[in-house]
Amino acid sequence: MGSLLSQLGLECGGKDVREKERHLRANDRELNLSYKYADNAIKTSKYNIFTFLPLNLFEQFQRLANAYFLFLLCLQSIPEVSSLPWYTTVVPLVLVLSMTMAKDSSDDMNRHRCDKQVNNRKVEILIGGDLSLILLYLSLLLQADLLLLSSSEPLNLVYIETAELDGETNLKVKQALTVTGKLEDSIEKLANFNGEVRCEPPNNRLDKFTGTLTLNGETYSLDNERILLRGCTLRNTQWCFGLVVFGGPDTKLMQNCGRTTFKRTSIDRLMNVLVLNIFGFLMIMCLILAIGNGIWEYQEGSKFAAFLPKGVNAPFSAFLTFWSYVIILNTVVPISLYISVEIIRLGNSFYINWDRKMYYPKSDTPAEARTTTLNEELGQIKYIFSDKTGTLTQNIMTFNKCSINGKSYGEPWQKVDFSWNNLADPKFCFHDNSLVEEVREGNPEVQAFFRLLALCHTVMPEEKKEGELYYQAQSPDEGALVTAARNFGFVFRSRTPERITVVEMGELVTYELLAVLDFNNVRKRMSVIVRSPEGKLTLYCKGADTIIFERLNPSCSNLTEVTTEHLNEFAGEGLRTLALAYKDIDPEYMEDWKLRHHEANTAMDEREEKLDALYEEIEKGLQLLGSTAVEDKLQDGVPQTIEQLSKADIKIWVLTGDKQETAENIGYSCNMLRDEMNEVFIVLKHHSTWNSISLVFHEQSFITFLLPIPPHLTLPPPSLSTQAFALEKDMEMELLRTACMCQTVICCRVTPLQKAQVVELVKKYKQAVTLAVGDGANDVSMIKAAHIGVGISGQEGMQAVLSSDYSFAQFRYLQRLLLVHGRWSYLRMCKFLRYFFYKNFTFTFVHFWYGFFCGFSAQTVYDEWFITLYNLVYTALPVLSLSLLDQDVNDWWSFQYPQLYTPGQLNQYFSKRAFVYTVLHSGYSSLVLFFIPWAAMYDTVRDDGKEIVDYQSFALLAQTCLLIAVSIQLGLDTHYWTAVNQFFLWGSLSVYFAVIFTMYSNGMFLTLISSFPFIGTARNSLNQPNVWLTMLLTSILCVLPVVAYRFLRILLWPTINDKVRGRGSTHLSLVRQDKVLPPAPRRVQARRTSTRRSGYAFSHAQGYGDLVTSGKFLRRTPKSRPALFSQTDSPLAQTQPQSYRTISEWEEPPLSP
Amino acid sequence: MAPSYNAKEEDGHQPGATGHGGAGTMTNKKPDNTAFKQQRLPAWQPILTAGTVLPAFFVIGLIFIPIGFILIVYGLTLLIDYTGVDMSSPCYNCSQSYSWNNTQSCTCSVHFSLDQPFESNVFMYYGLSNFYQNHRRYVKSRDDSQLNGDKTSLQYHICTLNRCSKECEPYRSSDKPIAPCGAIANSLFNDTLELYYIDPNGSRTAIPLVKKGIAWWTDKHVKFRNPSGNNNLTVVFQGTSKPVNWRKPVFELDPLDSDNNGFINEDFIVWMRTAALPTFRKLYCIIQKKPNNMTPTLPRGEYILEVTYNYPVRSFDGRKRMILSTISWMGGKNPFLGIAYITVGSVCFCLGLVLLSIHYRYGKRNNSAEISS
Repeated sequence: MGSLLSQLGLECGGKDVREKERHLRANDRELNLSYKYADNAIKTSKYNIFTFLPLNLFEQFQRLANAYFLFLLCLQSIPEVSSLPWYTTVVPLVLVLSMTMAKDSSDDMNRHRCDKQVNNRKVEILIGGDLSLILLYLSLLLQADLLLLSSSEPLNLVYIETAELDGETNLKVKQALTVTGKLEDSIEKLANFNGEVRCEPPNNRLDKFTGTLTLNGETYSLDNERILLRGCTLRNTQWCFGLVVFGGPDTKLMQNCGRTTFKRTSIDRLMNVLVLNIFGFLMIMCLILAIGNGIWEYQEGSKFAAFLPKGVNAPFSAFLTFWSYVIILNTVVPISLYISVEIIRLGNSFYINWDRKMYYPKSDTPAEARTTTLNEELGQIKYIFSDKTGTLTQNIMTFNKCSINGKSYGEPWQKVDFSWNNLADPKFCFHDNSLVEEVREGNPEVQAFFRLLALCHTVMPEEKKEGELYYQAQSPDEGALVTAARNFGFVFRSRTPERITVVEMGELVTYELLAVLDFNNVRKRMSVIVRSPEGKLTLYCKGADTIIFERLNPSCSNLTEVTTEHLNEFAGEGLRTLALAYKDIDPEYMEDWKLRHHEANTAMDEREEKLDALYEEIEKGLQLLGSTAVEDKLQDGVPQTIEQLSKADIKIWVLTGDKQETAENIGYSCNMLRDEMNEVFIVLKHHSTWNSISLVFHEQSFITFLLPIPPHLTLPPPSLSTQAFALEKDMEMELLRTACMCQTVICCRVTPLQKAQVVELVKKYKQAVTLAVGDGANDVSMIKAAHIGVGISGQEGMQAVLSSDYSFAQFRYLQRLLLVHGRWSYLRMCKFLRYFFYKNFTFTFVHFWYGFFCGFSAQTVYDEWFITLYNLVYTALPVLSLSLLDQDVNDWWSFQYPQLYTPGQLNQYFSKRAFVYTVLHSGYSSLVLFFIPWAAMYDTVRDDGKEIVDYQSFALLAQTCLLIAVSIQLGLDTHYWTAVNQFFLWGSLSVYFAVIFTMYSNGMFLTLISSFPFIGTARNSLNQPNVWLTMLLTSILCVLPVVAYRFLRILLWPTINDKVRGRGSTHLSLVRQDKVLPPAPRRVQARRTSTRRSGYAFSHAQGYGDLVTSGKFLRRTPKSRPALFSQTDSPLAQTQPQSYRTISEWEEPPLSP
Repeated sequence: MAPSYNAKEEDGHQPGATGHGGAGTMTNKKPDNTAFKQQRLPAWQPILTAGTVLPAFFVIGLIFIPIGFILIVYGLTLLIDYTGVDMSSPCYNCSQSYSWNNTQSCTCSVHFSLDQPFESNVFMYYGLSNFYQNHRRYVKSRDDSQLNGDKTSLQYHICTLNRCSKECEPYRSSDKPIAPCGAIANSLFNDTLELYYIDPNGSRTAIPLVKKGIAWWTDKHVKFRNPSGNNNLTVVFQGTSKPVNWRKPVFELDPLDSDNNGFINEDFIVWMRTAALPTFRKLYCIIQKKPNNMTPTLPRGEYILEVTYNYPVRSFDGRKRMILSTISWMGGKNPFLGIAYITVGSVCFCLGLVLLSIHYRYGKRNNSAEISS
């Protein structure tokens, strides 16, 4: 195989002109290349080794903040303006630039690796020299849009699953043109194939394709039937050949993916606004000081000129002072703000990666934060948009219960042993032994029940080895039913267009298949008419209970009642139900019917209607057998998660491409829909059923809104006949308004792009933070559109995960992601910002006050080294430890009280208001921190009479007071004192004292006289009692109001957090004494008992009946593949246990490490 | 309460489900179970409760008030403004005829009396107000390496080659390099103060003023050094000129003590330690206590302050003061700190009482309040 493997892509070619039509010729590389169509390669990396440094620096300086600091640096190099030496800016700037650079380079390295992996995914490409012919094997995920040429299956059929594209898990059939099908697998023929394809340009319509194939002068039209789309998975098909039509970004899947936009959090945006305001504020402060300087220079400076060097005139001096103060006061927005924010987000992302409670052992998948910049947004989610298939559900159907002849089976008792049946599927589980006993005892109803299940379907069996059956079902429901019959001793063994062979309790029986009355969405039932070996004609029918009940023989009314009860019970448990019935048919009537059937079948016009009428006629007077209940298995913990999230006031919308019945059913089983809810209206395609008003959402799309009890909505009914697109301007407000009134919203039959549109709609008008969660390629667009995209790394490949911001294996981890990690991240980020702004504003305001005492000369209060190191060393680590470790309440309480989540949604912890409070607070602190030392020192001396109020001692005092005050404030803000916090806080203070004693030492001074003029200051002032008394006084004064205020607030207006914290502490202390244990989790009551509701849902599509009867479906001698392709089977396939559905266990290898 | 689904997930790692292909241990991506990674670090979670906050308030109050009294009680200070702004002031004449370059010195005598005797060592300060020694351009205007004895900054040709500090401009060089350079040095305070005690019998006794030991040890011995090489300062400072406002060159600052000349002159060092605020005082000299310890250093009575009035401050509305002060164990008399401590202490105590009453009134109600679910 190796020799045939080839890398799919080269470099991405830019396409300038908009394509009108696509033109390709098979096996003609020159022509195809001449069009410069997009290659299949995907390139996401940004740099290479040479461009890294210049490009990265250029990009970094494009950021406003960095450019601003560069500007500051320039200012500082002007001696007249420079109020601080250059190193105060250069040291932080270099640090920040290099850290960002390191991060960018590692990111880009990852991208390079990722690209390489994606682009090296292996596909067999036909030798004979063309890139565009591709050979595909069973269960392969398609990587390009292909024109199907030929396949291993009869009639050039190919079975595909499109779960990645639209979420539907049933198999679909594509058929190659007969003319290309003749190529079969002959290499020579394929190599000489020189068909020319003309088709539409790349677009995002999944359901449409138009084009032509010209071969040997003849033109064949191409439609969607001939096209295999990227993202489909090949099923039931050994191999097929295809011609690449669209590659890479041109594929329909990629065109449907929506744009990748750079996501920013709302805190980010708020921060940007604040930073702009702060700049404005900074300018005002500088202006005030500059004006002050002008006045001072005019009034005093001129007279004082004898003492001052280089006097300039007042206005010019004011101008210079303005810039000097810009330099000094720039610490309101220090460069370390940005780097700290990044570090905090990174740290909190790592916590997500490290969380064992979000690790899924079955697939060995830990949670992964793929984007490290969105964490705090996780604590603010208001809307969740969820996919259904694979996200809420496991996409596995299990036969769970049944009701046969008025008796219900399947109450969980103990696992049934099927070893008596050597054809049984070992993976099948059932928990009610009585049913097996009934079958084995030969209860006729029970046997008929399973006989029906074994006969009435469109499943294809496959028997690779004797006794090893594989069922290839069009819908998983059907697979589940047939498998159930198989385990209960009615093994569906094989079929031909005319016969169905069943092993009934170990006995081979062949039924003659007379007709298949196919399923469709209106009929909601399917029937088969078979003749048993004894010659008895029977019609077996299964379908929606309501439909079946209408067609029952009146004699069954008693049974119907009991069965209805059972059905309600099943539906109440969220099971998908089908009613089963049969009818014996009179042979003569059958002859007649068959004749008419043939007529109708060959009728030229109104064929459908005629057939429907015929079906209707024969499906009458049925005898009820019972009902089945199939569980669309939810993922573990889904109802609980949904309940938790809705308690946290998060609205969950389900957006699915699946049918309404299916979606609603899942809605009930995962507790989103409850019986007390009222369906207010349902938007359908063209007609309104129920008591509803219809909006036409989109062709084939409808939306289900469900509201809690009465308020009966009256909406101006839009005209029903005209096509209106709800997602277009005029309707979207209406849609949104209605949807937001509802407790639960389920949108069905939405295309991937519509999913994104719904998300955009909510984003646009609700100003709320949205999260989209999905697992398939059809969710990519909404994952990209939402503020936060979460990918479930489940069974449908990796597309969703790759475009997501967070990924994990199970839906239930979402609650931990939001309620714990999100909450903490938000809390930490807000605490960080509040504290950070506090400490820097306090720091800066002291300079402002000092301006009034130094002739507005832009003299700094602190030592220049302190200014350099304050943000980088003295306060960096304590605040980082606060914002990486703090927890107001632990995760257990976060789950106990999901309401704790709501402050985030309301932006309560950090908003403009909170910011103003912070500014006022730091204004107060700075007043204390400047004027207390000022007043305490201006008229005093050391204990040996020497001076202490010299500039250097005062600077030392002021900076020490500041550092102590902000450290205490940090302590007050810290709710969770770990050893790390203690270490960093005390460590930083110690480092501060160590640094000042070092810097102010003789040695440092003598080494670099001009840089360390503060020699001896520390020694000479820190041994003074009044210095320490001043520090104590300032600290107490800074803290006192805060403590009093917080104490009062907790006392008088406690928030839920305060209450939980208070309770948590008592609780924890009690736990330590082993007196109280956490209350045991209550099992959520998922059952509904009241109203009658059909649990009918069947993910089935029309058209299979035809295939079955026409024989297209059936395998003749499977064409063996050419010897050239030595490998016959994926090794996985052979080791798979028998199952009606072998899809789910196959996963793609993860793309990125 | 809804269950937290995760509880059972914790460590629920079934042995059978370790992963694919039995390579469970090798490919296991399960995160480490460390307290840090699982965010379960042991922690102290303090909350502001009545039990912690109220006692703290009372304790702070009870500690601060006595400290305040201690601070307020100690220390004696006498302050005499001799600027001569008023016509009545004895130094009025001198203040009118000021100029930096006055060769004649103007003297004036200020009479004052002490109501209380000053015990122990008495410190004599000169104080200036409205003098912006903390102005940025002023503060910068010095050359620490020159003051540390760097000879290159004294040599004309090197300085003209811009090798020595430019911060001193325009007081860097005239025709020769200025030593010491810069605006701070240039504006050295040059009044001379003398103190006389008037005996009850009318005779004047000069009080000995000690001018040594008024600067920080580190300044005197590390930061400020005369250029080395020659003990004769006249030779060392050859080729330099005195600052423009100075009457005497730097090596003749103290005519009485040859060791107190050059850059290590203590008056000069004290001046060079620029003040933080526009009103400041600097140590002028020390009046040491009498050896017999029987009579106070400055007994109660009449005194005369003899001022050699050189330093012009009228131009910028400055004030000159002479301050006599005694020192307690914790430094000079500091009324503010004492008052502040008493105030803060009382406020704390009152606040504690208020909070206590609020707590009694409302605390119970909230404690019993259930958390609404």
